[in-house]
Amino acid sequence: MEKNKKNLSLTDKFEFPVIQEQTSCGCGTSPAPNTVHTLPRLDQSFVSGSMTTPAGELPKVSSALTRHDRWGTIKARLGAGRMHYIVDPGLYALGHPDAQAPILVTANYKMSFDYLRQALAGRNVWILVLDTKGINVWCAAGKGTFGTKELIQRIETSGLKKVVDHRKLILPQLGAPGVAAHQVKQFTGFKVHYGPLRAADLTDYLDAGLKATNEMRIMAFPLKDRAVLIPLELLFTAKPFILVSLALLILSGILGQSGFQTNIFHDGLFAVGALACAILGGAVINPLLLPYIPGRAFSVKGLIIGLVIALGLIYLRGIDVQLWAGRAEALAWLLIIPAISAYLAMNFTGCSTYTSLSGVKKEMRFALPLEMTAGVLGLAVWITSLIMK
Amino acid sequence: MGNMVYLKNVATLSMDTTKCSGCGLCLDVCPHNVFKMNGKSAKIMDRDACMECGACSRNCPTGAISVQSGVGCAAAVINSLLGRNGGECCCGPQTDDSGAPRSGGCCG
Repeated sequence: MEKNKKNLSLTDKFEFPVIQEQTSCGCGTSPAPNTVHTLPRLDQSFVSGSMTTPAGELPKVSSALTRHDRWGTIKARLGAGRMHYIVDPGLYALGHPDAQAPILVTANYKMSFDYLRQALAGRNVWILVLDTKGINVWCAAGKGTFGTKELIQRIETSGLKKVVDHRKLILPQLGAPGVAAHQVKQFTGFKVHYGPLRAADLTDYLDAGLKATNEMRIMAFPLKDRAVLIPLELLFTAKPFILVSLALLILSGILGQSGFQTNIFHDGLFAVGALACAILGGAVINPLLLPYIPGRAFSVKGLIIGLVIALGLIYLRGIDVQLWAGRAEALAWLLIIPAISAYLAMNFTGCSTYTSLSGVKKEMRFALPLEMTAGVLGLAVWITSLIMK
Repeated sequence: MGNMVYLKNVATLSMDTTKCSGCGLCLDVCPHNVFKMNGKSAKIMDRDACMECGACSRNCPTGAISVQSGVGCAAAVINSLLGRNGGECCCGPQTDDSGAPRSGGCCG
């Protein structure tokens, strides 16, 4: 109880809502005394040894990734088990750090941790891992788990103060939305220095005496970064794609004017192909060509891609627009494909590095109703065209 | 990538320059170069570049900056409209930060 009270008075001073962490097991015994440090486990797969420090036996890690680490990264990129890809929070030693060595703070998402240590080859530093529930720095900072309170508590529980003489922390710049540097200083005495945005610039930043150039601070969104997001974008569309494809095949089989199988070959397979192209437009072409597609709003970019795809497919299929059935089918694809690719492109705002919430809301107010209307209307027109044939 | 600009005149960022102490931390934390020093205080130079991450206002020791921060993610907005996933985004791990990300949108 005593300790809970203390925590509350500390958190009361923050202006943001903080999740009160469970400090006792609720089984009637008193909570563990404050002096016990929670050290990361030494038997985690990436730990290469240990180091005896005044705070206890700390895990040592290397800046070289093993095959096991790389495979984990690939799996996480493909969406497998990325929610449980974590390291224990607490203090780690990279190389042979001493009491003067810099302290770098990161999230307990394994990939964040790996990027950090990989960028510090040949350096001797401390790595303080915050408990962000396995979420990367930027996202965790937005949620507040990479936050002021967690940092203050982790400084105490990790034993950091016993291990170093200095009082300087280096945080990733992208952690700044979650951490109030002046409050960390006030409560712990540690001065927060925001490091560069990319881990690759860390050694230059350290060598320059914790000074970042302007370029190191700017968040770009280059092709490589956009491209790595594509597999997950596609993964999220897989289930709807399969379900809608089945529906399209069945509808075309039943409603067409020939036999079930002939209908599926003639109309159904084309419909599935068109659907796949619409998804590729929104989830692959949009990320790849993002800066070159006209329009500021992502849904406008998706709309343009969708229209180009639709016109291309109508041409390739050789739809006869002299006939009403042909006109209806062309119209259907001109509605459906842009609606889908605009919707998917709009969803890519979440992965981009420059869209604001106010902007996304403004975009969605006009785009979402239009996308839904166009999709439903397009489907109705397509069904009509099947019946007309 | 200077051409990657989102919608104009929507960012909620504002600043009371009379409260500014001129520490310059907002220039450090801003990922889009929105601020610049103007003599002894900072000022907003490029509001349209703001992505409302909230780093500047959280780190402003004098409370001179205000912004309605949030994640610019359509999936998150849809999820919150539908009351799904606690209104969180699901667009994937922006992974690699740590000093460090190459990308950073939202995610779960």
